[in-house]
Amino acid sequence: MKVEATATGKNVHPLLKVENLVKRYTKRSLAGTPEELLALDSVSFTISPGTTLAVVGESGSGKSTLANCLACLESPTSGNIWFEGKDIVKLEERACRQVRRQIQLIFQDPASSLNPRWSAFEVLVEPLILQRKFNREEIKKRVNYWLGRVGLSQDIVGRSPMELSGGQRQRLAIARALTLEPKLLILDEALSALDCSVQAQIANLLMELQGSLGMTYLFITHDLAMAAHFADEIAVMDRGRIVEQGPPNKIFIQPEQETTRRLLAAVPRIGRGDQSALER
Amino acid sequence: MTAILEIHDLHVSYRSSGSELSPALKGVSFRLMPGEIMGVLGESGSGKSTLAGSLVRLLPGNALVTGGTVQFEGKDLLQANPDELQAIRGRHISLIFQEPSLALHPTIRVGEQVRQVLAAHGSRGKRTLNERTRQIFAEIFPEETDRISRSYPHQLSGGQRQRVLIAQAIACGPSVVVADEPTASLDPTTQMEILGVFRRLRERLGLAMIFITHNPALLSDFADHVLVLYAGEVAECGPAESVLGLPRHPYTKALFQSIPAVSGKPGTGRKAKLPVILGDSSRSSLPIRGCCFEPRCTERMEICKEREPSPANLSVSHTVSCFKYES
Repeated sequence: MKVEATATGKNVHPLLKVENLVKRYTKRSLAGTPEELLALDSVSFTISPGTTLAVVGESGSGKSTLANCLACLESPTSGNIWFEGKDIVKLEERACRQVRRQIQLIFQDPASSLNPRWSAFEVLVEPLILQRKFNREEIKKRVNYWLGRVGLSQDIVGRSPMELSGGQRQRLAIARALTLEPKLLILDEALSALDCSVQAQIANLLMELQGSLGMTYLFITHDLAMAAHFADEIAVMDRGRIVEQGPPNKIFIQPEQETTRRLLAAVPRIGRGDQSALER
Repeated sequence: MTAILEIHDLHVSYRSSGSELSPALKGVSFRLMPGEIMGVLGESGSGKSTLAGSLVRLLPGNALVTGGTVQFEGKDLLQANPDELQAIRGRHISLIFQEPSLALHPTIRVGEQVRQVLAAHGSRGKRTLNERTRQIFAEIFPEETDRISRSYPHQLSGGQRQRVLIAQAIACGPSVVVADEPTASLDPTTQMEILGVFRRLRERLGLAMIFITHNPALLSDFADHVLVLYAGEVAECGPAESVLGLPRHPYTKALFQSIPAVSGKPGTGRKAKLPVILGDSSRSSLPIRGCCFEPRCTERMEICKEREPSPANLSVSHTVSCFKYES
């Protein structure tokens, strides 16, 4: 794969390179006439290691479909996904499992993405057991290490996720994703369901982990302010296409597309007299 | 002018396992003026949904109102009997819930669902009902009025469903609407659209509103007054411009600082650590006595550990519960 200039200006191999990704859903109505929905319309982008790409867009713009395709949860209709130089679209199940380990997902609402009948410990060890590569000792060591790393105390391991606060739950979800030491973390609206003060805590944790472990993030959100704070580059999606992409400053100061301007206008600001966004 | 709704020293607790009572609201007081939008700001566990529920006495079975009054047009709703309450709910005070897809019946056309609200509150005659339903839909959906009223909830977008709930809430011409996180499940552009609908309704119908949210940014340019709840107590209450523009309570200040700013300036604070409020507000981490925010406060003083602050007046309408402002 050729070396490309990226957002950070350094010439490095991208960790992830997506080329002309298309995902088409066929919906069959009761009458039996198939209806086509183009969820992803030739999407292309790259992410270099250790950086964050934020994907922003309104609901229905294809953000989550993109996340699912990258995490091998859905297979795209056409196009390529190069992860560390390998095209993961064409991989068979066994090889795909190896790649999935490297790409982990964190969902919006940890209250519904963590099994409420398991203890925090069971939640954390499941991915390690499924990999069948670690013995008891190692599993325990890893769990303890990651608990500390995300700022959870050891004594929560016996509790169910439902007994934890929203912030603790999302920390648990992050620890679970990190136990397998993935290279890419897909954060699908991972902050949206949290309270403002907790959002800041989790955002800080994610930025700290990126600094110390060199994590790479794909940050899917509709919060442009957080995207600008968090990401090296922002891609704006509208109806399955990336309509605009660039560093946050450029997106904020010189938005080129109508979609971007509309999203910017909808960013609520505290204590400022910006009436235009509300009047409609 | 007299207040349309006056809440005084409201205490609500939940009975958990055994006979233990855990307080959710601890002495909340405020007044709502006719046509005013009161923004109630609070994070999870601050008691904001309990507040919404107690205004119309729709609380879970294990909730217990342990004190205070809710005066509506001279009547204490907390003392009202079920029949009186039934007549007030929906007709004079209506509630909008958070999740529009759960609040609507999935197999009844939305027009019919609005019509049922009217019928339940005593509108008689098929023609009057249909006419009134049409009027309400035309008010909320100026375009595609008929198509939407004939649709089922699943055929509508999240924003449209939320508008149907608004239509139900205003159907009987209430004077107060209580909205509990009405935009939480919507994306930002739709959120703004819904806020626009509320603003228009306020202007046209003179509705007073209690708008409950966890997102302070939604309240600027929308609410007239802002009430900040923390652990069931009013931390700060005052005109929106002063609370949002120049917050005084240490909690409000810290909360606003933790939200990344949308800066037009290049390179300001990107990837910088966001200021956070340390700790959490879960019941187990609240202090036994003293100010409930004391353990997380960066401006704490000796006195904060000893007793609870009482609301101090900064101006006629701006109060802050913090010893820093007590004279």
